[in-house]
Amino acid sequence: MIFLLIGISILLALIFLVAFFWASKSGQHDDTYTPSIRILFDDEIKNTDEN
Amino acid sequence: MLQVKETVSNTLCFHCGDSLPEQPLQLDQHEFCCLGCLGVYKLLSSHNLADYYVYNDVPGQTQRSEKFHFDYLNEPEIAGKLVDYTDQNITIITLYIPVIHCSSCIWLLESLGKINSDILSSRVDFLKKQVSITFKNTLSLKDVVELLANIGYEPSISLQDVVKGQRTEKADRKLIGKIAVAGFCFGNTMLLSFPEYFGLSGVEAEFRNFFGYLNLAFSIPVVFYSGRDYFSSAWHNLRNGILNLDFPLALGILVMFMRSIAEILTQTGAGFVDTLCGLVFFLLIGKWMQQHTYHHLSFERDYRSYFPVAVTVLENDREKPVSLEQLNKGDRILIRSNEIIPADSILLKGSAQVDFSFVTGESLPVEKVLGEIVYAGGRQLGGAIELEVLKPVSQSYLTKLWNNETFSIEKDTIGTFSGKASKYFSIVLLLIAAVSAAYWLFFDSSKALPAFSAVLIIACPCALALSSPFTLAAVLSIFDKNKFYLKNTSVVEELARIDAVVFDKTGTISNPEAAGFAFEGAISVEQCQLVNDLARNSGHPLSRELVKWLNLPAKFAVDQYREMVGRGLMGSVNGHGVKIGSRSFLGLPAGNTDGGSQVHVVIDDMYLGNFQFRQKWRPSLAAVVSKLQKSASLYLLSGDQEHDRQSLSIFFSDAGQMHFKQSPQEKLDFIKKLQHTGKKTLMFGDGLNDAGALKQSDLGIAVTDDINNFSPGCEAILDGASFGKIPAFIRQAKDAVKVIHMSFAISLVYNIVGLSFAVQGLLSPLVAAVLMPASTVTIILFTSVAARLYARKNQLL
Repeated sequence: MIFLLIGISILLALIFLVAFFWASKSGQHDDTYTPSIRILFDDEIKNTDEN
Repeated sequence: MLQVKETVSNTLCFHCGDSLPEQPLQLDQHEFCCLGCLGVYKLLSSHNLADYYVYNDVPGQTQRSEKFHFDYLNEPEIAGKLVDYTDQNITIITLYIPVIHCSSCIWLLESLGKINSDILSSRVDFLKKQVSITFKNTLSLKDVVELLANIGYEPSISLQDVVKGQRTEKADRKLIGKIAVAGFCFGNTMLLSFPEYFGLSGVEAEFRNFFGYLNLAFSIPVVFYSGRDYFSSAWHNLRNGILNLDFPLALGILVMFMRSIAEILTQTGAGFVDTLCGLVFFLLIGKWMQQHTYHHLSFERDYRSYFPVAVTVLENDREKPVSLEQLNKGDRILIRSNEIIPADSILLKGSAQVDFSFVTGESLPVEKVLGEIVYAGGRQLGGAIELEVLKPVSQSYLTKLWNNETFSIEKDTIGTFSGKASKYFSIVLLLIAAVSAAYWLFFDSSKALPAFSAVLIIACPCALALSSPFTLAAVLSIFDKNKFYLKNTSVVEELARIDAVVFDKTGTISNPEAAGFAFEGAISVEQCQLVNDLARNSGHPLSRELVKWLNLPAKFAVDQYREMVGRGLMGSVNGHGVKIGSRSFLGLPAGNTDGGSQVHVVIDDMYLGNFQFRQKWRPSLAAVVSKLQKSASLYLLSGDQEHDRQSLSIFFSDAGQMHFKQSPQEKLDFIKKLQHTGKKTLMFGDGLNDAGALKQSDLGIAVTDDINNFSPGCEAILDGASFGKIPAFIRQAKDAVKVIHMSFAISLVYNIVGLSFAVQGLLSPLVAAVLMPASTVTIILFTSVAARLYARKNQLL
């Protein structure tokens, strides 16, 4: 039983490690600043109803 | 909030935020300063992109300088060098756009597809000020760049882009991967080792072997992937007869690994796997700290990043873009307003007002007459001119500096404190290990091997290896807050050793922004107003500087305006006849004209006196010089004439300290001569003409008043505003070296404690597992706290 549990936990950790490598390879860590601004943009053009 | 916006838009241009002229242009109830800004607004609003103005007030750049010439981008040879990727359908290009500065910029540049649907995607990297654009080949590269220029985002395309290299980024990614693996294994081995340390009960004991084998499996990638560099570096250095810190580190890792294999396979112990993984993990983090980079700064620039990619050549009255390498002697080139003159040439046609500020730091443009030689590197400010090329680009007065051998040798950075100390450390370590092994061979031979390996394991200088990077990284971030940007951490130690400081004059110790005039004679405010209104009409650099300095609003219109190019202006202002210009223009007797440029003033046939253009020294210069004098010898190198010798002798009392009329090559040679006398030289410079001296000196610092501007290749970039802090920076660097010494002492204490266990053959995995992280954490805390305490003392925090 314990062998299985440890095996699963290590497998899970390995999945995260692989995910990290994939993210790093696809350039997700190259620019860590711009996405923080990009997320604040609205999707749709809103007409400025201020006047 | 709305109210505030309203008031802003009433006085400033809606697009760029410049002050409005008397009759601003209007559209959609917004006011604009010029046609350029209005044009950008029109373009954006017609494509439903007016949101650009919602995210920030006045996000745009002034559009007053118009006209773009990107014909050279249609040359397949040039375009091919610039693009990242191209096939039959699409092309991808990454462009550097220096004006990117706010969220509106990102939003607009990423919405390019709405203006032209052939642009498939565009993505901004804000910190690097780059945009990566994918477009269909129905558009040409020129179309894309022109579109960017039309919306106010003109990319800067230079020769260095052609040789764009992204190697550092890949190396960085590799290191992060190694850290990830080491961290992953460290966490897992620690969990698997806890039961062993806390004691296993009878039932759990059956898992001991299983845990041991798992641990061993985790250590394999750590040793062979994450720790690989230590082995190769130690081996490489050993072959060259150098004992650096990597040697005891590699030895420690290797011995720990071997002993763990032996203990686990023979089931005699738990091994040191978690200590091993932790060691490699912390070491790599230290390495990563050392690799801190500034995205927005480049320390590797040379003239190529400043020169254009191509220039317009006139062939039988036809314009043809030619790339700079193919420019030959005798070619007739056309330089438009705001373009760079790429090669030494003779002026054939037009009036040249050349801004050499990037070359010499001189802020006042120079006027050239027909037939005069214009050196490469200047920027033409007036209208278009035609020149005949005298020398190819790489052989020009300025650029041939880069053919000097100084630029082909890498600077020698060995000789840091940790480099020297680790040599003795390694020898002592091997001695202790050998002695303890010999001792036990004599008394109890079964303990000889454990004692020998334990010494190598416990003395593995992890804390020692971390003290430099963490101290220096802390200093780097302190300097960074004070607008002093270092290329890498080893510069700090270099800075601490400096004993000769060389300054460039123009742009470095003089403040280009604060240049001003002094009036000799008597002039009233009303008369200044008349001069101001007259000079406003002229494009001559002195007139422009004068208007800027007078800082008066335009009041009267000028009648009968006449300008004799390069000599003076005259006109009737508010009923007064006003003439300004040179002595000969005003018919004055020739007089003493030294001390730079003068503007003489005659109003209603009355000679009032003259404005003298003066450079101002940085206000902190006196304090900097008097403080630096105590620890270093100071020198001044200038490419200018001697007319500032007098005013500078207050700072540099000895005549031998100041050298004028120095060519770029002579500056380089001067530094070389200083170094031959055994001096560690620090060079402050700012222009391309200092590039050789900056490169040759032990430490080259570029001084700039706008860090986004061009700066020549160097080890550090200093914002002009922090010029006064130079003595504090040097003191902080010296203190940093002190901190490194102290942390070396602390980590040695840990080593001695550990060794006292090891030589007795008593080292248990638990002791190692406690000592290693404890010493590491102590060092990290101590170095960062101590560096900050010193920074406070030096008033840098």
